[in-house]
Amino acid sequence: MTDTALPPGPFYQRDRRLQPPALTPAYKTSVARSPRLPMISLENTISEITGPRFGHADLGPLDNDLLRNYAQDGDPIGERIIVHGRVLDENARPVPHTLVEIWQANAGGRYRHKKDSYLAPIDPNFGGCGRCLTDADGYYFFRTVKPGAYPWRNWVNNWRPAHIHVSVFGSGFAQRLITQMYFEGDPLIARCPIVQTVPDADAIDRLIAPLDMNAAIPLDSLAYKFDIVLRGRRSTMFDNRPEGN
Amino acid sequence: MPQPLDYLRETASQTAGPYVHIGLAPGAAGFEIFHNRIGGDIAGPEAQGERIRVAGCVFDGTGAPLKDVLIEVWQANAAGIYPHPEDPRANEVEKGFRGWGRVISDFETGEFTFETVKPGAIPGPKETMQAPHLNLWIVARGINIGLQTRAYFEDETEANAADPVLSLIEQAQRRDTLLARKTAGGYRFDIHLQGDKETVFFDV
Repeated sequence: MTDTALPPGPFYQRDRRLQPPALTPAYKTSVARSPRLPMISLENTISEITGPRFGHADLGPLDNDLLRNYAQDGDPIGERIIVHGRVLDENARPVPHTLVEIWQANAGGRYRHKKDSYLAPIDPNFGGCGRCLTDADGYYFFRTVKPGAYPWRNWVNNWRPAHIHVSVFGSGFAQRLITQMYFEGDPLIARCPIVQTVPDADAIDRLIAPLDMNAAIPLDSLAYKFDIVLRGRRSTMFDNRPEGN
Repeated sequence: MPQPLDYLRETASQTAGPYVHIGLAPGAAGFEIFHNRIGGDIAGPEAQGERIRVAGCVFDGTGAPLKDVLIEVWQANAAGIYPHPEDPRANEVEKGFRGWGRVISDFETGEFTFETVKPGAIPGPKETMQAPHLNLWIVARGINIGLQTRAYFEDETEANAADPVLSLIEQAQRRDTLLARKTAGGYRFDIHLQGDKETVFFDV
């Protein structure tokens, strides 16, 4: 950690009551892909407290601009938006210089993936992925188009709400997180068995990005704000256990 | 009412979904977009130690291989050092050793393989040493929150017997689910998400 003089301690216990359990039968694929035995609780060792680091040399200049990073002969079709926010930990400290990656369908709900066969067309100017590093204050932003809703084979008539997949690293491998960002006001959110894998109503609300008019660019793009919270960590103030634990 | 504890709460996890490759391995999704791929070379060209190849499959509760799984590997170098400022010996790590990589299963067979160097032993809690191991994080469609496990090496018998993490597992036969098996080409590490051979997963 660069923002504290104290030797860092282990991450706070993940609160599994706010996290989706492995087995959530309404999301059918989870049934055969969920462990049946309990996890073994493991106090953090150096293997969990450390994790990979990334730098600007890993990225290209357009990597966070989905309007341009796959443009062939023009801009993609769709509602132009900015997605921005901060990566914080549970102590409300910014998580600086960490890698944020996103992927999404195009404005019609079609993914650029060889396994997606939905009849809505591919957009020739839209790839659907981006990445960036948070700045020293934990800020990130992307420019993209708002993704469309998307049908999937779960129930006969299941549609994913508009969503953007988000992957974040943090400073230690125990903070590794993948989630999905939803859009304020979408009536599909309450109907989605993937959203509803999260057992806590407030935790679901925190996956929904509000419209952020203050960050919109007039005559150009609307904006949505999505803050991401990673696990905090203990200081070693009251902790006299040996180093390396 | 007592004073509120003003901690923020961790963002909830959601499944990576079937199209995780678009964001994390776009070449596999069927298109090239970024100039720099990340995650393809765990150890780098200058890494010391024994070069190894690890292959395996992730199986669901029916015994079928997952063909859309993504695994991330995090490991120390051959001297047991992590390339991270919180490892006190981090400045001894070879240039180009990232210790991290991304691996996806084959869309047809479900088989994954990666190449790296065998990690060294790593300090554990108190005076213990952890046996050489790879830290693995597994995400896929149907997995709501990334599964953490470890791959140890079956030929490190003595170190494994003294490992403080393996010894947390009450049923001794379940420890075997974390042992990568020696093969002609390196090691094999199959992961069983559910059922008789269920792999041990950790709440870290």
